[in-house]
Amino acid sequence: MASVGEPLVKIRDLHYSRDKNHIFKGVDVDIARGGVTAVMGPSGTGKTTLLKLIGGQLYPDSGTIHIDGQDVHKMKTSDLYRLRMRMGMLFQSGALLTDISVFENVAYPLREHTPLPESMIRKLVLLKLEAVGLRGARDLMPSELSGGMARRVALARAIALDPGMIMYDEPFTGQDPISMGVLVKLIRSLNDASRLTSIVVSHDVQETAGIADYIYLISDGKVVDQGVPEKMMDSRSEWSRQFMKGLPDGPAAFHYRAPELEQDLMG
Amino acid sequence: MRNSRHIEILVGAFMAAGLVALFFLAMQVSNLGSTSTGDGYRVTARFDNIGSLKVRSPVTMAGVRVGRVSAIDYDSTTYEAVVSLHIEGRFDQIPEDSFAKIFTAGLLGEQYIGLDPGGSESYLTEGGELALTQSALVLEEIIGQFLFSKAQEGVKDE
Amino acid sequence: MLDPLARLGRAGIDTLEQIGRGHLLLLGILSGFADLARRPRLLIAQLYAVGVLSLLIVAVSGTFVGMVLSLQGYYILSQFGAEQTLGVMVAASLVRELGPVVAALLFAGRAGSALTAEIGLMAATEQLSGLEMMAVNPVKRILAPRFLAGFISMPLLAAIFSALGVVGGYFVGVGLLGVDDGAFWSQMQAKIDLQGDVRNGVIKSLVFGFVCTWIALFQGYYAVPTAEGVSRATTRTVVHSSLAVLGLDFILTALMFGD
Ligand SMILES: Nc1ncnc2c1ncn2[C@@H]1O[C@H](COP(=O)(O)OP(=O)(O)OP(=O)(O)O)[C@@H](O)[C@H]1O
Ligand SMILES: [Mg+2]
Repeated sequence: MASVGEPLVKIRDLHYSRDKNHIFKGVDVDIARGGVTAVMGPSGTGKTTLLKLIGGQLYPDSGTIHIDGQDVHKMKTSDLYRLRMRMGMLFQSGALLTDISVFENVAYPLREHTPLPESMIRKLVLLKLEAVGLRGARDLMPSELSGGMARRVALARAIALDPGMIMYDEPFTGQDPISMGVLVKLIRSLNDASRLTSIVVSHDVQETAGIADYIYLISDGKVVDQGVPEKMMDSRSEWSRQFMKGLPDGPAAFHYRAPELEQDLMG
Repeated sequence: MRNSRHIEILVGAFMAAGLVALFFLAMQVSNLGSTSTGDGYRVTARFDNIGSLKVRSPVTMAGVRVGRVSAIDYDSTTYEAVVSLHIEGRFDQIPEDSFAKIFTAGLLGEQYIGLDPGGSESYLTEGGELALTQSALVLEEIIGQFLFSKAQEGVKDE
Repeated sequence: MLDPLARLGRAGIDTLEQIGRGHLLLLGILSGFADLARRPRLLIAQLYAVGVLSLLIVAVSGTFVGMVLSLQGYYILSQFGAEQTLGVMVAASLVRELGPVVAALLFAGRAGSALTAEIGLMAATEQLSGLEMMAVNPVKRILAPRFLAGFISMPLLAAIFSALGVVGGYFVGVGLLGVDDGAFWSQMQAKIDLQGDVRNGVIKSLVFGFVCTWIALFQGYYAVPTAEGVSRATTRTVVHSSLAVLGLDFILTALMFGD
């Protein structure tokens, strides 16, 4: 395990609910410095919510999230913004600005936060776009991109400022096998080359297990299992084994909470 | 940003058009040329009755507007109305002994102050006073006087 | 079933919450003006979207309103032999009331609804969230320039509306109906006051621009982030802005011309 000293992100006893929906009921997670930590779990368990909590966009009901020793939710706004400059986030939807081109989207954080001259910005943007294989698409507008392309542009934007930590929300969804392979390698090499800390949220067990140093499995508001990938595959917990191998039968439920199908159909 | 020059030109044109419109409203539609805020001087006149004279009513000489009424006060010791007139700076040769009368434009029109020039060699200046005044003609009073004099004639005839 | 009293209380608290949110948002927007000085391009882009794109409808409406006023006014005034005062009537109605009010209503329909839809969609597609995570404050970077653009554009649009209305009224009154050219302008100039009429009209349109843009941005920013939510918010922008303009116009008129 790549964990060196204190973890970068420390989540303790996190509780969060939306309306009457208890999404987290006491979650403890450590994100090791310089490693790739994966957070996995069934759809709708709150993985995206967890990332937004870490980014300080949502506030927990109770519990704390510390990044580099500082409590994210007790910071002054200006400090939070300074922290976010060192954080990249790849949104599940991409979240590109739709009124400016691909090039301008990637250039946006550079223009906002650095005094770099135009020629320098151009070089950096082209390098980042090259890394995700979309240098040729720089003049397209976001509406002209496919879902998978948009996500890759968003990734280029997330790494534009060379952040110290990146959160990837479903980076592999909608990618063909080739770009998937490139992305897997990219995430891993970004991490190793610049001692980046990465959090990957994904359903793709194979790919995630391939690059993650450590995996958390979240279900029903709790961490149900954690460990290094190899151990998770044949975990003692039947639930983890089922999830990691994608078996339809087992203790993990595929369905959202509902009454028995027969009852529902009979009305 | 694409076409940014094009957009800048259009925005510039819009701002210019808006300012031209404001300028047009100020110069052509309203009375900026003769407004009471410009340079000029203030004189007062006392009337027994000002009728329906209002602040901003015109002040004219020979039918030409030379200023406006800028304030109307009441002097409680002499029971008179004290009217302040703002006269434009370019009309600086109005004899001191000019005669101020309150006229009505048409039968039911609004009232204004007309100045009849006197013969004095010295002219009105800031803070001066028009001593000679004639009050507004109040329609009811004229009718009343007319009826009264008719009644008097009737008494004599008998 | 909810007790009616409790429901009333809840509605009251919700309203207070909305008012509070609206003012906090306004505070955030105003605090973004300092940044704007360093990025004039953001403002120019919005002046284009808010001002230039509203220009055509405002100009056309202004001209026609002036023409119709002149036509209607002529028939009424000529019955009293007072068609000489046609210029006064046209200009006074435009400068005092119709210019600021109708231009603001058109502005709410043309620019306000577009602002709400744009901001609402940016929220729905996580663009605002994305900006926040890039350490860019969307209230300052996205809302503030739009607000300032609306505030600047509104009085200019209203002035263009009034000016073209007077010109339209002139063509109908003098050109078509034969009112005396000199009387049309001189009567107008004698009665329309720069301070009392023109300046008050500009003050009105500044207030309307402020309120309409504020409502549009508020509705967009707090729209439910779905297609239906944004569509409802857009409708609310037009309805709330129109009501606010008419209500404020009454209050302002009473204050300004109430003597
Ligand atoms: N804006 C919202 N309002 C109310 N509830 C929400 C909202 N966003 C998410 N939720 C609820 O929060 C829960 C967690 O959502 P979240 O998006 O974090 O799931 P997720 O684990 O990322 O799922 P997926 O893998 O499908 O992306 C869901 O049950 C959802 O119903
Ligand atoms: Mg998600």
